[in-house]
Amino acid sequence: MNAPLRRVAISVLVLFTLLIVNVNYIQVVRSDELRNNAGNTRVLAEEYDRERGSIVVGGDPIAVSVPTNDRLTYLRKYPQGDLYAGITGYYSLVYGNTGLERSENDVLAGSDPRLFVRRLADLFTGRDPAGGDVVLTLDPAVQKAAMAGIAGKTGAVVALDPSTGAVLGMASTPSFDPNQLSSHEPAKIRAYSAQLDKADPDPRNNQAIGERYPPGSVFKVIVSAAALKAGYTPQSMLKAPNQLDLPGSTATLKNFAGESCNGGADQSLIDALTVSCNTAFAQLGMDLGEDKVRAMAEAFGMDGQSMDIPLRVTGSSVGGIDGKAALAQTSIGQRDVVMTPMQAAMVAAAVANDGRLMKPYLVDQVRAPDLTVIDRTKPKEFSTPISADIANQLTTMMMSVVENGSGKAARIPGVQVAGKTGTAQIGKGIPDHNWFIGFAPADHPKIAVAVFIKNGGGTGGGVAAPIAHDVLQAYLNGHGG
Amino acid sequence: MAGPSTDPRGAGAAAGTQVPKRRGTEAALLAFSVLITVVAQCIVDLTVTGSLSSELATFSAWIAGLWVVAHLVVRRLAPYADPLLLPAVALLVGLGLAVIHRLDLAGQQGEHVSREDAPVQLLWATLGVVLFVAILALVRDHRLLARYAYTLALVGLALLAMPAVLPGSISEVNGAKIWIRLAGFSIQPGEFAKICLIVFFAAYLVDKRDVLALASRKVAGIELPRGRDLGPVLMAWGISILVLVFERDLGSSLLLFGIFVVMLYVATERASWLLIGVVLFSGGSVIAYQIFAHVRERVDTWLDPFGHYPNGGGYQLVQSLFGLGTGGLFGAGLGGGRPDQVPVAKSDFIASAVGEELGLFGLVAVIVVYLILVERGLRTSLIVRDAFGKLLAAGLAFAMAWQVFVVLGGVTGLLPLTGLTTPFLAYGGSSLVANFALVALLVRMSDAARRPAAPHPAPVPQLGEAPTEVVQP
Repeated sequence: MNAPLRRVAISVLVLFTLLIVNVNYIQVVRSDELRNNAGNTRVLAEEYDRERGSIVVGGDPIAVSVPTNDRLTYLRKYPQGDLYAGITGYYSLVYGNTGLERSENDVLAGSDPRLFVRRLADLFTGRDPAGGDVVLTLDPAVQKAAMAGIAGKTGAVVALDPSTGAVLGMASTPSFDPNQLSSHEPAKIRAYSAQLDKADPDPRNNQAIGERYPPGSVFKVIVSAAALKAGYTPQSMLKAPNQLDLPGSTATLKNFAGESCNGGADQSLIDALTVSCNTAFAQLGMDLGEDKVRAMAEAFGMDGQSMDIPLRVTGSSVGGIDGKAALAQTSIGQRDVVMTPMQAAMVAAAVANDGRLMKPYLVDQVRAPDLTVIDRTKPKEFSTPISADIANQLTTMMMSVVENGSGKAARIPGVQVAGKTGTAQIGKGIPDHNWFIGFAPADHPKIAVAVFIKNGGGTGGGVAAPIAHDVLQAYLNGHGG
Repeated sequence: MAGPSTDPRGAGAAAGTQVPKRRGTEAALLAFSVLITVVAQCIVDLTVTGSLSSELATFSAWIAGLWVVAHLVVRRLAPYADPLLLPAVALLVGLGLAVIHRLDLAGQQGEHVSREDAPVQLLWATLGVVLFVAILALVRDHRLLARYAYTLALVGLALLAMPAVLPGSISEVNGAKIWIRLAGFSIQPGEFAKICLIVFFAAYLVDKRDVLALASRKVAGIELPRGRDLGPVLMAWGISILVLVFERDLGSSLLLFGIFVVMLYVATERASWLLIGVVLFSGGSVIAYQIFAHVRERVDTWLDPFGHYPNGGGYQLVQSLFGLGTGGLFGAGLGGGRPDQVPVAKSDFIASAVGEELGLFGLVAVIVVYLILVERGLRTSLIVRDAFGKLLAAGLAFAMAWQVFVVLGGVTGLLPLTGLTTPFLAYGGSSLVANFALVALLVRMSDAARRPAAPHPAPVPQLGEAPTEVVQP
């Protein structure tokens, strides 16, 4: 019996080796993945014992930890409910944390290296360790105006300070109540989550940075920039036929609602932008060629790469352009071009800031628990897609859009506003998406904005421009506009 | 340093029958186990509550006393026993007590004050040592057990069947009908049935192995047994299926069948039995998967735990994986993690608590201690002189190995979850006491194996008067 016994002994050794290999795989190879899994409440539960830092907007906390009597020492509260939900995210026992609660977790939880000295001091003085505060760049008036404008719709507003890239407002609807996901009652958290699951789109998706949509005529700003860079002037005459035959196909390209731009006659670049002439820009795009259009779009940030502000912004892209017909459609923001509302705001901001595109950022300061500022974000240049000269020409053209063209609804008395509307067609029977991008005051821009309404059904000028107007007005009222 | 005749073995052989008893080694290793046990308790207390508990001195004295008694009894009743078996058990029990105590404290911090389980477990361990002593005292020669093989078989089957027959209010916990709950106590008779059945298997297989080793047909190069000899293995298979059907206990079902097939293989030295076992097992598995929702759920959860999280059956396993992953290489330290987030961490998932707080190193150390226990058992089987002892030791050692593999594999996601207990470590009286009995038998046989042969061994009647095989170590 000894021969089979030895084999059994070896088999046991093999089985136990399997166990050990598997445990190594879980505790070493998958360790980080499991530890940081959003569903892993261990690290989170440990953090609940510590006073988490606040997220602050305009001097008031929009996310704050308050002491409780239950098992978890602190409860996370969001005093403004759904107003900042897309930015703060939630801090959930069941689902982990999202938004800034996730990306700024090191500071809020107090484990960030910038808080190291402070932590060391806590250790010696016996003070309860606490997390640091994150102060945001947002302007409460802008945020409220933005949320009010898109309430009841699916949409997004992004407002930037063009000279720094500071995000002044970032609204997304539908929104949700982060308090209900951050309670200490798992059953209620799950019930609320199930309710959100049923909504379409999911209110937890941030439409401003997480979703991409065809930009429609907003993209004409980029094509105009490419044309100006290639030697065109705002007065250069473009062919503007009533309809354009698309090369290599039997299809034709028409203007919005089948209208005529200039009775079928040639039209200047500035006028073509002002009335948003599809045939003129489709022809212009084909004349410029794919390379120039694509290069300009990429210089504005549309290179498909995501970016962290520190929330993750999905990359926008012009897509693959397969042939002249595709280039024609791309040039009017259709076909495979997709853009986040954040990217649209960046286009406006770059034009507003003399062609220098600043990297958007949400966090202005990081503060220690005793309110001393331990870090402040320095504005960084993202790219320079156009020269100051071209930026000025584009500004003039975009002012014309608001003064004389499709963007009249964004006009503010006594302030010069520059802008561009967009109405993206999605398919037969589906309401169009509506866009507006712009900035004000045009001569010395303080705020750039992008408004997006999903399936708004109207035009960019009719649906999105009035919201942009309110947002611009709200900011300029508070900043001597 | 090497003098002309310093080789102890040479000297021993020259002196006659001097075999080292190794009791000193056992005592030293036991002292080490007790030290680890007490230090672990201190660390738990200090980390979780910040001060040592008032019961620490009592606890330390009690646990030390237990092992002193066990050691003295071994010294007297089984002086040649393997010196590693008892210390390995002591280490596992001590570590288990520390982790259970730690989970008790975590429970007390919750809203509802839960029962303290560590003192109960200590009482069970005491009962285990009592049974350990009783077995060493009563079973002076393991071969005597063969006489009671059929009685033990009946007892084993009765124990196995009892929960199935009893009403669900007494026997059912979380869907598995494997308990007898009376007057505040709950026992799992299956744990004891396992040992009874292994004794029976050993006696039965020693008796019948010549017949079962006969081969008649050769199919595709493999010698297969005659159809009529398939009876016993089909019987074991059938009983396993019955356990699965009536008690919904996947673990015991798998355990019993695995043990029987391996013992059959060891007894007959015919690999074809393994093949038949695998075929029957596969068939049973496929049928069980098709028919039983609870088996299907276990398997589906195992294949995609995160797909069944947090609202499905994957909650336990995913929490266990989170615990293990968070523990990483070194663990959070005893008292530093959140092992209480895994449901039933004290019993089924105690290994994930070990992995979370003691890290990969701690968990692997525990696995290695089990491996030592099992391999010492198998070594006893190799050197014990009689066929019954060989089979019994092999069966018991393999039972331990198979159980550890299945339960740890389940907790770490290597295998589907089965609901078996982790021997010695996990909270649970039946499992603890039964495993003490198992180790008592191994100690008894290892003593017989290493004891110098008596000049005239008394003939011991074997079941069916099968000839005793004498194998040199």
